[in-house]
Amino acid sequence: MSIIQIIFLLLSVMAVGSALMMITSKNPVNSVLWLIVVFFAISGHYILLNAQFLAIVNIIVYAGAIMVLFLFVVMLMNLNAETEPIKNRRLQLIGVTSGGALMLIIVSAISKIDVEQLVQINAGDSGLIKVLGMNLFKNYVLPFEISSVLFLSAMIGAVVIGKKEEIDIKK
Amino acid sequence: MLLAIDFALLLEKLILVVVVVFASLGIAMYTTFAERKVAAILQDRRGPNRAGPFGLLQPLADGMKLFFKEEIIPDFSSKFLFVMGPALAMLTACMTSAVIPWGDKIDFFGRSVDLQIADVNIGILYVFGVVSLGVYGIMIGSWASNNKFSLMGGLRAASQIISYELAMGISLIALLMITGTLSLKEMVVQQQHGYWNVVLQPLGFLIFLVCAFAECNRTPFDLPEAENELIGGYHTEYSSMKLGFYLFSEYINMFISSVVMATLFFGGYDIPFFDESVLAPNLAAILGIVALMTKVIAFIFLFMWVRWTIPRFRYDQLMHLGWRILIPLALFNMLATGGVILYFNK
Repeated sequence: MSIIQIIFLLLSVMAVGSALMMITSKNPVNSVLWLIVVFFAISGHYILLNAQFLAIVNIIVYAGAIMVLFLFVVMLMNLNAETEPIKNRRLQLIGVTSGGALMLIIVSAISKIDVEQLVQINAGDSGLIKVLGMNLFKNYVLPFEISSVLFLSAMIGAVVIGKKEEIDIKK
Repeated sequence: MLLAIDFALLLEKLILVVVVVFASLGIAMYTTFAERKVAAILQDRRGPNRAGPFGLLQPLADGMKLFFKEEIIPDFSSKFLFVMGPALAMLTACMTSAVIPWGDKIDFFGRSVDLQIADVNIGILYVFGVVSLGVYGIMIGSWASNNKFSLMGGLRAASQIISYELAMGISLIALLMITGTLSLKEMVVQQQHGYWNVVLQPLGFLIFLVCAFAECNRTPFDLPEAENELIGGYHTEYSSMKLGFYLFSEYINMFISSVVMATLFFGGYDIPFFDESVLAPNLAAILGIVALMTKVIAFIFLFMWVRWTIPRFRYDQLMHLGWRILIPLALFNMLATGGVILYFNK
């Protein structure tokens, strides 16, 4: 085994193990913390694929900002196993079914791919920031701008929804 | 080949890591001492002067005291997370130093040693990523304390750091437009041959400075531990060396953010108005480290000066400053920088 394979295995065990821990832990705060570990393992995989920019953006955006907000909300609402509001068998069943269906699709998609072409470890420069920038702003500039408009409208929508309650309280 | 590693390189980097971590710990230790002395001078007192000559052994005495204090872990709290909080705060504080160029290459018995642990081409993003993780130590510790005041402190820390990260990031974008690189080393080299970035980006530097104060939880932005409202904020329940870790990580953060500001805006290890290339390489590298440290000490003094001069903000004032003043200013700065670059490149 080469050193890259060893690191790959370690990262994979870390990612899958913490993902399982995230699903099975009873305390939502622990779940959030395990999810952060998953993001770190995935960032490690990105670095193995020579995609440094993606790795660090994954940490800044997901581990650094979104998960802080998750943790914020979980702590603020003081959720835990005893006060869990939804304990509905039917909802659990629906969740398991839809999750299983998604997994089936992913597995069937992966099984048809030629493994040799799937990943090239530590080769190619498509993940480096210069190449990424050239691609986004030259080849794919229209989709990029359209998705940024989409983000902007989502942000404005969030602000509008936030404002509405304030007006209602004043009335 | 199994484990085909350049062992000399590994040893070199390992020594560098140990030196950098211990140096930042040592500097942080004496920063606590300097803080008390500066506070004393600003308030017309003498400050600590009993332990050793001029009170120089005071930090050691403080450390000893913290170690010998009784360690209390509150009941009904998550013990693992309670211990992990200060450990994470310390870890993230020390991690940032990995991408900082401390000096030029130094010739060591025929081997050219780079005085930088990792020159990755996303250096500044790495700093940004680690800074954004820094809040976890506070949040986890405050939640695990099982105390309402601690939790309030932790939530304040989270919202404060997220709010100020935005303005910080946007002010950095304007800087990156000018430098065209994310590597800290290249930025320093550019500043050695041209102007310091503070000349080109005065507004960006000001925004970055204010955000750095907020990210380090320093007064006037130390709302997470505001003792007149929250007892001790996020570290109310902590005692002994775990409290020490929280307090200490603040000083390491202060040191590291001073280094980052010196590197980004004040030329890093560049000696002003002087061409280093006329000196012998080793002498130039050592003088470069001295120059960087001088800038860092000036920044640390600024941190202290502000702390003992400006009173703490109210929480709504803090949010107002972050969202209504700094972010629009940073956006304006970014647009203006882009416009100027476009105009001159035509």
